[in-house]
Amino acid sequence: MQVNQEFKPKVVAFCCNWCSYAGADLAGTNRSNYPAEVKIIRVPCSCRVNPLFILRAFQRGADGVILCGCHPGDCHYTTGNYYARRRMTLLFSMLDYLGIEKERTRVEWVSAAEGAKFAATMNEFVETVAALGENKRLEDLRCKTQ
Amino acid sequence: MQNTMMKRASELLADGTVSRVLGWKNGEFVYDPTPAVFKSVEALEESFVYHDFCGSNLSKYLIQLSKLEGKTLVFLKPCDSYSMNQLLTEHRVHRENVYIVGIPCDGKLDPDAVRASGADGILGASVEGDSVKVDTMYGEVTLDQADCLLERCKTCKSHKVVVFDEMLGENGDVNPESARFDEVEKLEAMTPDERFTFWRGELSRCIRCNACRNICPACSCEQCVFDSPTSGVSQKAAAASFEENMFHIIRAFHVAGRCTDCGECSRVCPQHIPLHLLNRKFIKDINTYYGEYQAGVEEGSRAPLVNFTKDDCEPNIIYKGGSK
Amino acid sequence: MRRIGVFVCHCGTNIAATVDVKTVAETLGKEPAVVFSTDYPYMCSEAGQNIIKDAIKEHKLEGVVVCSCSPRMHEATFRKTVAAAGLNPYMLEVANIREQCSWIHKDIAEATAKAIVLGRAAIAKVQLNAPLTAGESPVTKRALVIGGGIAGIQTALDIAEAGYPVDIVEKEPTIGGKMTQIDKTFPTLDCSSCILTPKMVECAQNENITIYSYSEVEEVTGFVGNFSVKIRRKARYVDEDKCTGCGACTEKCPVKNVPDAYNLGLSNRHAAYIPFAQAIPNVAVLDAEHCIKLTKGKCGLCSKVCSAGAIDYEQKETIVEQQYGAIVAATGYNPINIDGYDEFAYSQSKDVLTSLEFERILKADGPTEGHLQRLSDGKQPKTIVFVQCVGSRESGSTHGCGKEYCSKICCMYTAKHAILCREKYPDTDVYVFYIDVRTPGKNYDEFYRRAVEQYGVHYIKGMVGKVAPQADSTLDVQASDLIANEQLHVKADMVVLAAAIEADKTARPLATMLTASMDTNDFFTEAHAKLRPVESPTAGVFLSGVCQGPKDIPETVAQAGAAASKVIGLLAKDKLTGNPCVAHSNELKCNGCSSCANVCPYGAITYEEKDFSRRRDGSMIRRVTSVNEAVCQGCGACTVACPSGAMDLKGFATSQIMAEVDAICK
Repeated sequence: MQVNQEFKPKVVAFCCNWCSYAGADLAGTNRSNYPAEVKIIRVPCSCRVNPLFILRAFQRGADGVILCGCHPGDCHYTTGNYYARRRMTLLFSMLDYLGIEKERTRVEWVSAAEGAKFAATMNEFVETVAALGENKRLEDLRCKTQ
Repeated sequence: MQNTMMKRASELLADGTVSRVLGWKNGEFVYDPTPAVFKSVEALEESFVYHDFCGSNLSKYLIQLSKLEGKTLVFLKPCDSYSMNQLLTEHRVHRENVYIVGIPCDGKLDPDAVRASGADGILGASVEGDSVKVDTMYGEVTLDQADCLLERCKTCKSHKVVVFDEMLGENGDVNPESARFDEVEKLEAMTPDERFTFWRGELSRCIRCNACRNICPACSCEQCVFDSPTSGVSQKAAAASFEENMFHIIRAFHVAGRCTDCGECSRVCPQHIPLHLLNRKFIKDINTYYGEYQAGVEEGSRAPLVNFTKDDCEPNIIYKGGSK
Repeated sequence: MRRIGVFVCHCGTNIAATVDVKTVAETLGKEPAVVFSTDYPYMCSEAGQNIIKDAIKEHKLEGVVVCSCSPRMHEATFRKTVAAAGLNPYMLEVANIREQCSWIHKDIAEATAKAIVLGRAAIAKVQLNAPLTAGESPVTKRALVIGGGIAGIQTALDIAEAGYPVDIVEKEPTIGGKMTQIDKTFPTLDCSSCILTPKMVECAQNENITIYSYSEVEEVTGFVGNFSVKIRRKARYVDEDKCTGCGACTEKCPVKNVPDAYNLGLSNRHAAYIPFAQAIPNVAVLDAEHCIKLTKGKCGLCSKVCSAGAIDYEQKETIVEQQYGAIVAATGYNPINIDGYDEFAYSQSKDVLTSLEFERILKADGPTEGHLQRLSDGKQPKTIVFVQCVGSRESGSTHGCGKEYCSKICCMYTAKHAILCREKYPDTDVYVFYIDVRTPGKNYDEFYRRAVEQYGVHYIKGMVGKVAPQADSTLDVQASDLIANEQLHVKADMVVLAAAIEADKTARPLATMLTASMDTNDFFTEAHAKLRPVESPTAGVFLSGVCQGPKDIPETVAQAGAAASKVIGLLAKDKLTGNPCVAHSNELKCNGCSSCANVCPYGAITYEEKDFSRRRDGSMIRRVTSVNEAVCQGCGACTVACPSGAMDLKGFATSQIMAEVDAICK
């Protein structure tokens, strides 16, 4: 089959429990398609996402990492996503500075009502990452299973 | 200066104000002085030195020393005083157990730069105005001071000691004209591929000796995540190209907003990796996105990464370049 | 390695139609730790749950993975299931293979492969799950209401009515708040005092209510169910227990020129005073700033005339310490200072008033005894101009004191003022200059229409640019009429400014003490703007009245009752069960740097000096953090702020999330 020839990027999506994970559930309820390459990890809040997790994902061969949280101002914990916003801005800028394609990292705010936005975001992100090809710059080749 | 410092330290030791003095003594060579603790006037007279190779930042040692009984006298240069304030902000140093003597600084010498400028077999050096008189095994050589300075001193951000109990000599001023971000900007202007090649070249030399971590006043964790088996990232040697990236990104991230840009990491790196360029990137980004912030200017200020405003820019500023 | 059981749900055909559930169960069954793996049409059914329970017992499972719908749907169900079989309920992970797999993918091979990866991630995580137990803390069955206005009064009455003791702390010498100063209330025009004073009396008489008047909250420690509060009782130099409120001291007091705060400084009072006739408690106060005896040591007249012997010049302020289970903030509001609005000549003319001052003019116990008079010459004004939105809805405030928000109450009280003027003094011309008239609410728009249609009030859309006092003691009001598109001048005898209202100045320091968050306007933030409007994000702290945002009396009373019911619900519990997924710190790694405390939205993190001395290196006292599990809500902000990784989150530990990442990227 032609489809299997295509490069399928590995994408890890961190979703906060209250908005974005619910938004992803709604995308499911609405049967809004997005690629199976996206795998979601549930975290209580976007502020729980440590830069370590993102680097770890790249180390283990992820081709793109996206963090989704409540819209600024709507955080279940009132301020969590404000901290996440600063941390990720600086981290992504640093990755870019080290020459790691900035298109591989992303933050999107997705509310529990935005199932369609979740699916659209994932479609667009997977497409962007796929266009970049395999992540070579951050991968730890020893972690590759044969 | 050395004599003035020694005299004042001896007085304070003798009258019981302080129980010990943190300063420098010469190492194997005159150009590798090492931090040292002196507990008596005799010890001071025996080996206390202060000269233009005394670059090391003494503030970090106070985490332990300030826990001891009695006050510790410490000599802080402008750079070091910023680190001191940051440590005070983070409750790492007991201020009441420290007696800070501020000392002015016009830049410290980099032995490698001195050598590179043509002075081998260094026996001593003294800065006189814009030139450096280097006493070598092969006679005296006079060099340009600008060529011999440590990297951080070339783009000195401040000549001002920001925390002290007393000042020896005249306190200096902040240097708003510092060109310390020029090199960061140069890198930013490159293509991602060029940047990757640059950093790959630099970071691949890392031998994970941890000198940068051990010297850094902000890296003063009780236990580093890279040493903690439960963190999932504990590593000893850097066996794959990824790991230097991981180590240095995380290290820079952990000190982001807390790093005072004292430049010690680059000074001590045996592989001459320009680690300060990572820290300065964070400092520059913080200044750009969240407003000018210099860690350690005052005690108690809130680091940018544990702070926010509702109008902060969105992370997509990185890949969309400006749009909110 | 733990013994894991995997249970794959078909969800009828919801999952099974696109995910080959048999293959998923089989493949996951081959994972190293998995000792049992099966599939079933409906795992959430009783029969499905029994399969899980039986397998836990039969295969001595130590961890359970259910591959099914979203954990937001049935995680709680399956936690109960595993708990019923004797496992800790937190030894369960749910792999979401419906909403995030079968429902969004069409290709069976693709969906099946993804379901397997999601299952593996859950297995990897559950390997590292720790059995968690929710902490319990007792509840002190007593509530504190801060602020004794109508909001605080109503909250306290409702809580007391439910049988719980409640204390009101009021900074003024009497409870009652702004409503005591108001003449009539919209839209019914009944007298404010007539409906308020019975409630004030009820507060004084209710055995469950203690009023700490002339008092302020000094310090708050503790957490939901277990607050400890220090209340500073200011010296009023009168023994509250002895004073009968006869008023003899206030009559004899020789100091007569103190601006009367009750009348907003429009009249004077004595240094010994009772704020107003219906004050609760009805006890005199000596104004320490103006009393001759207290400032100069002479006089003592009040002591001589007090037959009860209640005057006590030596009285000192005292600190009362009390335990509470819940705290209600009801700190209310004040009109903004409008000195900056000099174009309205407020500081130049006595006949330019704020709306609250106008209330005092209208009210029978005010400076004019309720007669509509100009304060400059005592004449009855023939033309009155009301100016709306003075300091409200100002973006990019040019005056430095304006507010961006709508003060909400001004449209209605101005309509009320206009009606009252026209009703009592039909020969008065009344103009109202407005940006918009906003009168939603039951019978509110009708009320405003009455002002226009029945009472003939001139409503003019447009702002007043300038008020200029004239030589003939009238006021020239220069304004624009936006509908007629013209500039006009009104020769007025009185101008009333609807000053914006702002949160009371005491609210900000109080919020700091309570670790409750505030918005940029110093209004308390609610836990959820829509669904939890009377709770603060800080557990155990509730919001009543204008301290949360501008609102009128009916709304305030409704919110006060809602806050009370939340308090009652809390106090009715004997123990509070916490969320076990909270942060905790490894004190051996903690630097004590305060990064975690800086990002904690709940003030759940405190520090202590702890002795880590070992024989080898002698004395070692370090500052380390500790998390109050009853207060922590488990967001995890602290875990990332912590550079040493000392802080971790139970249920979402760093190692667990890393294991998930590894499993997904494998």
